[in-house]
Amino acid sequence: MAQAPTEPSNAVLDRQPKPRKNIFARMLKQWDIQLMVWPGLLLIFVFAYLPMYGVLTSFMDYSIFSRGNIWVNPWVGFKHFQMFFESPEFFNVMRNTIVISLLKFVIGFPAPIVLALMLNEIRHLMFKRIVQTLTYLPHFMSWVIVGGLTIAMLSTENGSVNLLLEKIRLVDEPVNFLSMKEYFWSILVSANVWKEIGFGSIVYLAAISGVDPHLYEAADIDGASKFKQIYLITIPTIMPVIVIFMILSIGNLLNAGFEDILILATNPVLRPVSDVIDTYVYRVGLSNFRYSYATAVGLFKAVISIGLLTMANYLARRSGNSLW
Amino acid sequence: MARLGFSDRIMMIFIYAFVIILSFSAFYPFWNALVVSFNLGIDTTKGGVTFWPRVFTLENYDIVFKDDRLVNGFFVSIARTIVGTASSILMTAILAYGMTKRELIGKKFYMLFFVFTMYFGGGLIPSYLLISSLGLMNKFAVFIIPALISVWNMIIFRTFFKGLPVGLEESAQIDGATNWGIFFRIVLPLSGPVIATLSLFTAVAHWNDWFVPSIYITNEKLIPIQTMLRQILNANIVTDMSNNLDTASAARMEAMRTITTKSLTMATMMVATLPIVMVYPFVQKYFVKGVLIGSLKE
Repeated sequence: MAQAPTEPSNAVLDRQPKPRKNIFARMLKQWDIQLMVWPGLLLIFVFAYLPMYGVLTSFMDYSIFSRGNIWVNPWVGFKHFQMFFESPEFFNVMRNTIVISLLKFVIGFPAPIVLALMLNEIRHLMFKRIVQTLTYLPHFMSWVIVGGLTIAMLSTENGSVNLLLEKIRLVDEPVNFLSMKEYFWSILVSANVWKEIGFGSIVYLAAISGVDPHLYEAADIDGASKFKQIYLITIPTIMPVIVIFMILSIGNLLNAGFEDILILATNPVLRPVSDVIDTYVYRVGLSNFRYSYATAVGLFKAVISIGLLTMANYLARRSGNSLW
Repeated sequence: MARLGFSDRIMMIFIYAFVIILSFSAFYPFWNALVVSFNLGIDTTKGGVTFWPRVFTLENYDIVFKDDRLVNGFFVSIARTIVGTASSILMTAILAYGMTKRELIGKKFYMLFFVFTMYFGGGLIPSYLLISSLGLMNKFAVFIIPALISVWNMIIFRTFFKGLPVGLEESAQIDGATNWGIFFRIVLPLSGPVIATLSLFTAVAHWNDWFVPSIYITNEKLIPIQTMLRQILNANIVTDMSNNLDTASAARMEAMRTITTKSLTMATMMVATLPIVMVYPFVQKYFVKGVLIGSLKE
């Protein structure tokens, strides 16, 4: 045979599972596809993981002079967490966070479903298109714009809401709604529903369009009313979608809002009803420069959120879907 | 369709009434803001300006368009939207394509590494300290670099790429095309719809972002229009808008005496929404598709 003596042994080596220590050599061999992934890994490492490492400062007394090297700061254990629990704001902040997010959930979650069910009954296609176009639009506006419009509508100076209330004689002079504590939650939730109701209905409309039309035909023949058809056919069919979205929103339960509150609650009078965890972190951290304290409050929220998310995932698994 | 019974007719009337009221309430605030922005400021203070300008004027826009700070803010917004969207879509698509490769060593770990960040983050303060220690404060790059990779978009891209016919890639490979060549010559050109959809959402997010500049930018020349508008809204409570105008415009506003803070705020707001309202009718079909891709992620 003319074969070189080394070749058979090479062939044997190739068939063996590759040794682990060669992993870098193997990665180098596929450098072209690794190169597609590494810039992303690096960016995520810097902008998502380095801040997580910065969370350690919540157990320290962070000083701005330690930039870059956080290890020079003294460890203080749970001091900042304790300070938060004992602070006079704690009760208000927690209550507002929970109440506002529950209000947003209880009103903001079903609203798009109801709208989708209604839109589905509308047979004039042109009219339906116009409604959809108009109600989707606010979703694409920033909270600055939505807040600006809300402020303008409620203004005492040519605010349309006040003009209307005066016209129908409900009030004698314009009400300054955005400086009154009792209206803040309603205004906040309304603005949120206003912004998202149309866009939120898209998913449910798609789910509804998947309902078998024969079911409605059969129900029509049996003489079931429209309302009964919605109640007994449409809603049960889209129930899985509703359940998934409901579970997903459990994980968001502590996200009571941030941009909307920052913009609508500019008046400090509102603070007892508008302060939520996120806005509180923002204020004490970036306006009062209490970095460690604010980080601790943020971490407290993140830990509860992870707990809620794990619970949501457990529920999702039981309903046959996993979030991750 | 069968004829409607009495109760059904009541229900349909209710549905139409509700939907009409909702559409009106979605539309009216924009319309009213537009009307106020075209109405003489001093006249608006008398109240009653609702559906139509009472004393039509262009002077509010005259002030806004001649104000260097506002015009500059508008262009900062446009620059950041274009650069931010193009770079983020490209980087995210490259990453997503790499992640579709079966032979990619470490892909399971990489995926976990990315997905984890969707559920947990360091929070506002550590991010702020990081950005400042990276020297990104007051740099245009602070709009672009931290937003280059969107994990959510990466997952959508990846799902889409995986759905492309395998045969195309294989035959290109046989013809000797490299992975990068396949990505740029075959995969990207086939991904028009998903690129359009994700670009739309990314662009809207860039255009609408007022928060990042409000904490990282103090240099006036780099403040986008949304952040300026937020400062104006904020200032309305305590002082008047002339603080937020450049000196020449403030002097003119003072001299005219017919312009109010409110009328100027409305005009600025209209300028800030204009680009979105202009492209909105053309992109509807894309975002409806996008929402559906997004909700079917895995």
